[in-house]
Formats: sequence, C-alpha cells, structure tokens
Amino acid sequence: MSRAQAQISMTSSPKSDYTMAELMVVAASREIKDNEIVFVGMRLPLLAFLLAKRLHAPSAVALFENGVIRESPANELLFTMGDPPNILGATMATSMITVMSLLQSGKVDVGFLGAGEVDKFGNLNSTLVIKQDGSKVRLPGSGGAADIASLAGRIVTLMDHSRKRLPERVSYLTSPGYGSGPNWREQVGLVRGGADCLITTKGILRFDSETKEAYLDTIHENIDLKEIISETGWALKTSDNLRKTSNPTDEELSVVRELDPNRFWTA
Amino acid sequence: MSKLISMSEAIKSFVNSGDSLIACTCMEQKIPFSAGHEIIRQGIKELTLLCPISDVLYDQMIGAGCVTRMMPAWVGNVMMGSAYNFRRAVEKNIPHPIEVIDYSNLTMACAIHAGAMGIPYMPTRSLLGSDILKGNDSLLEINSPFDKSERLCAVKALNPDVGIFHVQRADKNGSSHTWGNIGITSDAALAAKKVIIVAEEIVDSAVIESDPNRTVIPGLVVDAVVHDPFGAHPSPVQGAYNRDHKFYTDYHQQTRERDGFKRWLEEWVYGVEDRSDYCEKLGRDCLNSLKIKVSRPAVATEFGY
Repeated sequence: MSRAQAQISMTSSPKSDYTMAELMVVAASREIKDNEIVFVGMRLPLLAFLLAKRLHAPSAVALFENGVIRESPANELLFTMGDPPNILGATMATSMITVMSLLQSGKVDVGFLGAGEVDKFGNLNSTLVIKQDGSKVRLPGSGGAADIASLAGRIVTLMDHSRKRLPERVSYLTSPGYGSGPNWREQVGLVRGGADCLITTKGILRFDSETKEAYLDTIHENIDLKEIISETGWALKTSDNLRKTSNPTDEELSVVRELDPNRFWTA
Repeated sequence: MSKLISMSEAIKSFVNSGDSLIACTCMEQKIPFSAGHEIIRQGIKELTLLCPISDVLYDQMIGAGCVTRMMPAWVGNVMMGSAYNFRRAVEKNIPHPIEVIDYSNLTMACAIHAGAMGIPYMPTRSLLGSDILKGNDSLLEINSPFDKSERLCAVKALNPDVGIFHVQRADKNGSSHTWGNIGITSDAALAAKKVIIVAEEIVDSAVIESDPNRTVIPGLVVDAVVHDPFGAHPSPVQGAYNRDHKFYTDYHQQTRERDGFKRWLEEWVYGVEDRSDYCEKLGRDCLNSLKIKVSRPAVATEFGY
C-alpha cells in the first residue's frame, strides 16, 4: 500500500483499520519508558523504538550490537542495523564489544527479541526446531539474542501466536527466560533480567512474579479467548483482570505509517 | 613496503583448503563479497567459517561446497530471514554435511578478543543456562577465581588462519582507515594469523597518518592489500555506496531451491572473472544508483600542536 493510500484509509476509519503488525509495534512502544537504554534489534522493535521516541520517550537511547549508539533516530527506514542511514548522525560508531560491555555491566534497561519458539517460562529458541516426525528446521541462530536475554534488565518478545511457536518447552534453549521456573536464573548464575512481556499476534502475555509462568494479560480486538488457549502449547492461565489490548491511537498510527510508508515491515 | 596484489593472487597465496577464515566482522556493512567469490572460483574446500553475523556471503560459500564447519552466532539473510544453502546443508546434507558450532555475538567477540590479546580465554556472564553453552566445547562454565560463588562462562580464544576485511581506504602497506560501525574488525585482524585487506581506495600513507584515530588495522599485521572498488556489493560501505536491498531480496527468491542457487552461482560468480567484470555485469545505472547522493563529511579534526 502506498503512503497516500494508507493516509486515506486512516482518515476514513481510524481505530479499526490497522494491521496486526501495527498493533504490535504500538504495544511494544508502550513498553519503553523515557530515559531508558534500549537494545533495539530490527524490524518491528525498531519501529516501536522510533515511535516511543517520538511520542513518550524522547530521551530513550538505542544500542545496536554491530556497534552503534544513537540518541537521535535515523532519518530513513532501516532494513538492517548496518544501513548507512543508521550510521549517519549516530552518537557513536564503535566495536561490538563496547556496546556489549554496556549490556554486560548492567546498563541496558530493556531488550527486544523475536524467536522461532517461546515457551511458558519465556525461554526462546532461535537455533533449531525438531519437528514431531524427527526432521529438523535450522533457524539462523542467536546473533546477540542469547546475550541480551542473559544480561538486559528485562526482555520484551514479539511473536506470531500459534501452538507450534508457543510450546510448553522450547526444543532448544537459545536465549534464557526463566528456565524451568522460579529461582532458575539465580541458580544458573545469571545476575539479572528475565522475560517481562510477550506481545503476540493474539494478545499480550506477562510473567507471574512468583511462578515465572506466562499468563494472558490482554486480548487483541476481535480475538477469541478460546482461540488463544487452543493456540498455546500449555494450559495458559489468564489474568484476574483480563482486558482488551488498547487500540492504537490515531497519533500512534500516523507516526507508524510515516516511519514505514510502504508497509515493508507492518503489512 | 607494498603488499598490493590482485585478488586472485591474494587468495592463491594466503587461503588454503582446510583453513579457518573470519570475514563479515562488521556484520551487515563492508562484507568482503569479492574475496568470497574468488575463494569459490579457486575451488578452495573444507573451510571453517567464523563470524558474529553473516549476511548471505557465507551462505554462498556453503552452497558452493567450500565449507565443512561453521562457527557462527547467526547465519541468514538479515533483511529476508533464512539463508537457504545453510539450511539445506544442515537439514539435508546438501551439497554435503556441515558441522555447526553455535556461538552468540558476545561470545564470538570474546573468543576473538582473547585471540587478539594472546590469552587462552575470556570470561563472560552471558549464556549461563543456554543450550549454546552445552553444545560448544569452547564454552565452559567456571567459577570466578576471585569469588567462588560467581558463575561465569569461559570462552576459549580463537585465532583463525585467515582474516579478510573490506575497508574504505588503505595504504600499500595495509594500514587501513574504516568508519561506520566496526563490529569485531580490529580484534579479528589481530587474532588472525594472516590478514588480507580489500580496499575501495589505495591512498598515500600520509592520508592514513593525517587521521591516526581512524586507523582500525595497522599495516604491521597485514599480509596482502587488494584494490577492489565495489568489492563489498551488495553490502554497503559508509560514505562510498549504499546497500543494494533489491539484490538481497532477489537472492532470497532465486536461491529457495538448489537449482536456483546453482544458476545464481553460475551467473554471478563462475560467470565473471573478477570484481571489475562483476561491476560491468551489474551495469553503470545500478552502480550509480547506489553511490552516495548527499555528501556528509565529518568536521575536520585538528592534530596540530
């Protein structure tokens, strides 16, 4: 869809006419607070960071694992973190180990991740999926994800919601969430962090502070609770205060569409 | 001393079958594609490839049958997702089986940093509890010698046989200026036993010495310098040319099946003699469309005293 078309459809019916990717970007942006240091990643989380920066977190700082630190947003849509517009105007273009030092020493508030699978304790698999017939699907691997999941203050993950993608236990634990439950992170020696929020194509899951198990906190518009439960690989608990996910505002949507005018990431 | 030689000569002299090789150290920028393609043309086999993130080049070398072992943090097509040759090799042993020893970005950076420093390992707080640690013999859980209650992951040093780095400019001795994100480039150049520099531009040493903070690799560790303009295409080189996004999306479509990859390889690697031939095939319009449109030089730096 062209930018002009997007603007027309936006003005004709503002709050119901958005894509699932747009809703996820908006939900992710609301997880970023002002002044936070954010390990951003690419795709939807990058748009979420730019949206937060524009609307409610103007002083948030972005770190990229290739060695880029940005206080001001890039001027163009990025397809990779190494695109020249992400270097021009950066605060610092440096080595990976410098940026990872900030992460390891506890200076990063929140990291955004995606994965092939996520389980009920927020562990992520982005390495290898073993299917029921024993065949394997090789995924690209950790990249920086396992480091970010080990060392950031908290983790927000964005995922498609299906039974296959949300098993009770990941078939390969690339990036640690809460492992096998309460106290696991402390026992293995991780010094901080853990899964905080899982934004899916059906709802938003958060993690119980005692049991460390993911529960459903909000349901997206037009999604049925039964559908979410049947598309989750474990007996999903729900919040006592289960609500609808807040719709994107006109302002949020207009910024997202300005950031991704051809809907490369948000179709 | 001039180390300036042709790409074909550099690969022939410094890369052997069975070597371990590190490239792609800036991640998505400045990937030495022209060197990788020459390795494929020379039929070098049984390579071990190391990287934090490989955006497509290693996928091409795997598909061409040059690789028996991967030591990566991530192998794919950054913009599009899967790298199909990597997947075919792991999932179906096509064109032949490869061993994969997984790392994360930080643990690869630590391994290369330790290699650069000449020490046996580097500790990190990452990967405790991860299956990556369990599946990799070069990552070991240890207790801090200073506080036994503190758990760490010890990452064994890596010193690859060869490092290949694409830079904006170098002198004939190999001292290299590069800018934009650096990734693990400086450490990898110190860790590698042999170093090949591929430069967009060859400059007088006076240019390098006018801005010593911009020198990321000193000539004293360099074995060969190759002048290969547009050698990093389709990846970007800050201040020289942009990323050719379409080339990556086309590659993704064309290499979904093995036959499609073979056609791609015939067309873009075996079908051209060298990088200047490749550039001719790409065409002037494509190259011009990727060149920088608006100049944005940094403020000049005063070194006087």
